[in-house]
Amino acid sequence: MLGALALLLIAAPSAFADFFTPENKGGSRNADDIQTLFVIAMIIGGVIFAGVEGVLVYSLIRFRRRRGGPEPAQIRGNTPLEMGWTVGAAVIVAILAVITFAFLGGITTPERSLPSGATAGNALQVASIDQASVPGGHSLEIHVNGQQYLWRYDYPAVRGQQVFGYYDMYVPVGTTVTLKITSSDVAHSWWIPKLGGKADAIPGHTNSTWFRINRPGIYAGECAELCGEGHADMRARVIAVPPAQFQAWLVRQAADIKDAQAKLSLARQIRGEGNP
Amino acid sequence: MEAATLVADARPEIVVRGIRERPTGWTSWLTTTDHKRIGLLYLFTTFVFFILGGVEALLMRLQLAQPNSTLLEPKTYNELVTMHGTTMVFLFVVPVLAGFGNYLVPLMIGARDMAFPRLNALSYWLFLGGGLVFYASVFFTPPSAGWTSYAPLSDNAFLPDNGIDAWIFLIHLTGISSLLGAINFTATIHNMRARGMSWGRMPVFVWTILVYSYLLILALPAVAAAVTMLLTDRHFGTAFFDNTGGGDPLLWQHLFWFFGHPEVYIMALPAFGMISEILPVFARKPLFGYKAVVASAAAITFLSMLVWAHHMFPTPTATVVLAFFMLSSFAIAVPTGIKIFNWLATLWRGTIVMKTPLFFAAGFLSMFVIGGISGVVLAIFPVDWYFNDTYFVVAHIHYVLFGGSVFAIFAGLYYWFPKMSGRMLSEGLGRLSFLLMFVGFNLTFLVQHSLGLEGMPRRIYRYPDYSNWPALNLISTVGAHARVVHAVAAA
Repeated sequence: MLGALALLLIAAPSAFADFFTPENKGGSRNADDIQTLFVIAMIIGGVIFAGVEGVLVYSLIRFRRRRGGPEPAQIRGNTPLEMGWTVGAAVIVAILAVITFAFLGGITTPERSLPSGATAGNALQVASIDQASVPGGHSLEIHVNGQQYLWRYDYPAVRGQQVFGYYDMYVPVGTTVTLKITSSDVAHSWWIPKLGGKADAIPGHTNSTWFRINRPGIYAGECAELCGEGHADMRARVIAVPPAQFQAWLVRQAADIKDAQAKLSLARQIRGEGNP
Repeated sequence: MEAATLVADARPEIVVRGIRERPTGWTSWLTTTDHKRIGLLYLFTTFVFFILGGVEALLMRLQLAQPNSTLLEPKTYNELVTMHGTTMVFLFVVPVLAGFGNYLVPLMIGARDMAFPRLNALSYWLFLGGGLVFYASVFFTPPSAGWTSYAPLSDNAFLPDNGIDAWIFLIHLTGISSLLGAINFTATIHNMRARGMSWGRMPVFVWTILVYSYLLILALPAVAAAVTMLLTDRHFGTAFFDNTGGGDPLLWQHLFWFFGHPEVYIMALPAFGMISEILPVFARKPLFGYKAVVASAAAITFLSMLVWAHHMFPTPTATVVLAFFMLSSFAIAVPTGIKIFNWLATLWRGTIVMKTPLFFAAGFLSMFVIGGISGVVLAIFPVDWYFNDTYFVVAHIHYVLFGGSVFAIFAGLYYWFPKMSGRMLSEGLGRLSFLLMFVGFNLTFLVQHSLGLEGMPRRIYRYPDYSNWPALNLISTVGAHARVVHAVAAA
């Protein structure tokens, strides 16, 4: 009966196509590497799982008490066997550690931007970054600030004009984007599943992560740390567009913000509140 | 005849003074210092809290049965998240194990009672007081920052109502209760073993209660300090966890998990002990590798103090620190694996008697190994950057705490109930109860791994109609209801 149940439990969910792999492929290399690492770990885990459950189910069926069956074997232990599985378990986790370190560089070190990516010059200032350096390349740095219950993005300034946005983060394709993440109230967690792992946004700390998107598209995610009543609605999108379109967006956004700020200060002057 | 009467008459009369009569009636339960009665009080009370925590879980599953559901307010949902986690950890699993320990440890080591019977009673009443104070908040404002109550969300700037204070009070009261209980167990096991009950002959369950007690003594001061600091932050103007006042929110996470991870093993080790008692009985074979089982429990105890930051992998922390906590978490998989292999070897070539406790013990083995494997996967910190705070983690902790500890607790309950009550339980109903719990549990939590893989974060009160999320959530909710049927059947 247990065996039938186990079979049922294995068979039922596999009806869902992506049951065994995270849905994070195709955004950025770090996300792909995380997925590969996960699949390797799951294969090792799957073998152990099958072994343990197999022995368990076999024992429960084969060694059931039966009329006229054999007496139970009075075994108290077996030192070589004990040593064997201790060393075996240690070797498995050691192998897992080696594999992890082999993948670590690809996940944490930002890639080089593609030649087709956004470059220095024009309106875009390209920052050099102090985290793991982008080898021989340039990158776009965006400051992410978590606030109950939205995300604010600060881009490099355009001709002295501050550029920022909320909810939708526009980025150029083919360009390495590094994020500096913090929070101005409670703890949040920045996460776009297809663009790599999470980075907690903790007040008073700056966290960092990166991605490089090669195809234009929209990548959705949401806050992953309980941050209050609106936590479930604290969503975010990363919109990847061609570099030229990004430059145009940046300039337009700068102009819009300048315009809005001018109108605001004018309104305040009219109401006699003075400049902010 | 004549001679017999004479002999009886010659029997010396034994006169005792200064011994109180054994109290009877229901009030005797209030004044009792008897370890067995206190054990039963623990078991009864914790199962009341288990049902409350289960109802909270069920409300959450109802809310999540459909996308964009409007059954519950977001604040109510967060309150349920907090109440469920806190109840199951502090008011069910930890004290139910204290209940089993109270009842069984003196019997197993041949002691007359616990070392400090009145302190033992105080432990129970402090625990009950903590639970009542916490549940009193239902009539005001329940806490809503999760069972982890991360600062600064739990600070008064963001949650000024008194729910968090009720939570702090609960941590203090149940903390003192557990600490006194742990000291009591330690003193009893070290000093009151019957002649001949040497360390090498002690039942494994007693060993695990001993290391459970050590861990409680080591871990509880950290959380006691943390909640005291939170209390003064909230009411007396300090800023331990407020970065604008020079404090650090990460300090809370470190202090909480320095307690919180040993707490996981506090909830698991005595369950391991029960399984180590039950399997040999039903396999009609001695436990395979007694020394290895005990030594691995000791190794887990030591290592569990060194793995806390694996709950904090996505925080801004140096890679070398993350690597250390990954390796220490890997290391703890080795003694855990040893235990699983020893249990399998205990069943091997036995003559296995298929009774309800054995079903639950086998259920424990088959489910706990899933939680163990997903635990190792989550310890790989780059992989955890993906899975942290998703439903994959929710599935993992339930395979460890429900598939592991709770299955073992039910095995223990079915196994020792006849001894505690003097009545045998119905074998048919016992098997039905196992079947419903096993199927319901897997329906609820197996699909939650998939939800995590698809990127669904935990602790969200609603979700969009995206991918397989609705279908998987519906399966999970149906599974949760199967367990209600189970609860009714068990009652």
